[in-house]
Amino acid sequence: MTVKAPAPPKAQLPGWREKIIESLIRLSGISAVVIMALIFFFLLREGLPTLGEVSLADLFARRWYPIEDLYGILPLLAGSFLVTVGAVLIAVPLGLVTAVYLGEMAPTWQREILKPIIEVLAGIPSIVLGFLGWVSLAPFIQKMGAATGLTAFSGSLILAYMALPTIISITEDALYVVPKEYRDGALALGATKWQTIWRVVLPAARSGIVIAVMLGIGRAIGETMAVLLVTGNAANLPPLDASIFFQPVRTLTATIAAEMGEVAQGSTHYHVLFGLGIILFLITFAINSLATWLVGKGSRGERKRK
Amino acid sequence: MKNIDIGKRTAFLPNGRCVFWHASLLFIALTVLLLVGCRTTDSDSTGETTSGGAIQNKGSDTLVNIALAWAEAYQQVEPDVTVAVTGGGSGTGIASLINGTVDIANASRSMKDSEIEEAQANGFDPIEHVVAIDALAVIVHPDNPVSQLTIQQLADMYTGRITNWQDVGGLDAPIVLLSRETNSGTHVYFLEEVVREGDSENEDIFAPQTLLMPSSVGITSELRRNPNAIGYDGLGYVDPAHEKIIAVARTADDPYVMPTVATASSGDYPLSRNLFMYTAGEPQGNIADYLAWIMSPVGQEIVTRLGFVPLEDGE
Repeated sequence: MTVKAPAPPKAQLPGWREKIIESLIRLSGISAVVIMALIFFFLLREGLPTLGEVSLADLFARRWYPIEDLYGILPLLAGSFLVTVGAVLIAVPLGLVTAVYLGEMAPTWQREILKPIIEVLAGIPSIVLGFLGWVSLAPFIQKMGAATGLTAFSGSLILAYMALPTIISITEDALYVVPKEYRDGALALGATKWQTIWRVVLPAARSGIVIAVMLGIGRAIGETMAVLLVTGNAANLPPLDASIFFQPVRTLTATIAAEMGEVAQGSTHYHVLFGLGIILFLITFAINSLATWLVGKGSRGERKRK
Repeated sequence: MKNIDIGKRTAFLPNGRCVFWHASLLFIALTVLLLVGCRTTDSDSTGETTSGGAIQNKGSDTLVNIALAWAEAYQQVEPDVTVAVTGGGSGTGIASLINGTVDIANASRSMKDSEIEEAQANGFDPIEHVVAIDALAVIVHPDNPVSQLTIQQLADMYTGRITNWQDVGGLDAPIVLLSRETNSGTHVYFLEEVVREGDSENEDIFAPQTLLMPSSVGITSELRRNPNAIGYDGLGYVDPAHEKIIAVARTADDPYVMPTVATASSGDYPLSRNLFMYTAGEPQGNIADYLAWIMSPVGQEIVTRLGFVPLEDGE
């Protein structure tokens, strides 16, 4: 009896504890939103003064040369766009094909070797890839005939490599959750393996694949250090001809990284750099919203088919 | 992580906001954004002290690199003396010296007669101290047959008026222009002395296809593998074993001069100039000690490390 005496307080403790834990969880949930809002507020506070200091015409001019108050962001937008598009063009087909091979065709022993290797690839710090690009990729591209190896294409290749593991492993996961019955059904109807993959499995895994591609793009456009090293950082609007990918470019991220450390706080240049941050934020936001929208659309379509 | 501003504006205003942000936005501090804010904290320690052993040092953006490094290193030598370094340009520094708000003005040019008169009107003679020499070497790939260029030719290349090595006596190959980032003092010096040929009315700027390298090492390593490239770097960064140094002439009629410590300090090499510190009258006490330390081998070693030309012994 004496041993059981402290039982009532014990019974009260869980309720008291639960409340604390509950409020802690709520707090961390709210703090995520608050932090997000604060970051956005900070960006806007530091970046919006740009609009009062630089006219829109000057902002969308062709020349970026901050020490002479030339703040034309067109070359930077073009640089980011070129590098990202190049990376997507390389990484998406390669990533999808690799994932299909891994998920649908490779024998188990191959998959067991390849998957961990690909996941390790995702863990390589971007600066290391950038350094590799600087040391070995750039000279190679230069040997191929470009005036310099530091080009948009070098940046795209490095970024493609960085986006590949993300695209492969998420696509593979998406393929994995496609029910086996779908494949069995298709094969039973006489479809070839290729037809099964192309017409049944891939459409069924569509929303996962879209997420994979979008996350890959997100990784590419936000990447800084690697592109800073290999794209040459020339704020140049590349000519619209065959050499477009083989010109040095300067991306939004690299510009912020290269110039932010040494800029006077509160100056026009400082505000413009934060303005570039807002633009980057809006781009990633747009990509994420697009992904969400596409995924939503895909799953609704599936439900309709059912 | 050097706290350096080489832009045309004042480097670091004392900034109390930083503390506020740390307190209220602790989480944002984890984001990259605030790394910038925290950098100022370092320099605040030298920017806010006005009493005790504080030396106010302001002026040339070219010198601000070295001045900050000196100030930092001097903390180890003389912990009681704080040196507050601000950029803003030679003119700003000299004006502040005349107005008595700084102890030492940094300048990458000599004081004008008018400025000296203003100083005398305020009751003192400004004393000039040469503290370092700034020399830029123009460098190309060792396989490049071009070995000498005039300032005019360099300007034509860097503004994009000439885009092929053939036009300056080289092979038929495109010219790849390498430069430091715009926030580098070297970039600004090259802009003023080469791209604009020393003419303050000239508003030419670098051709947009110029590759802006994040560091001096970036320039040299791209240059070592690219036979089409031309770049410039502080003499201290150049390794003649791997890069070919170009002899530069003021005009086609002048002799072509190779940059060396000797030609840089004699002024024969066109892309070199003395860097000065000015004091109001003969320096006294802390300031005299500081200047003496700057001239010492230890102080001059910092000059070399930052890619500038040190003073020769006995100067």
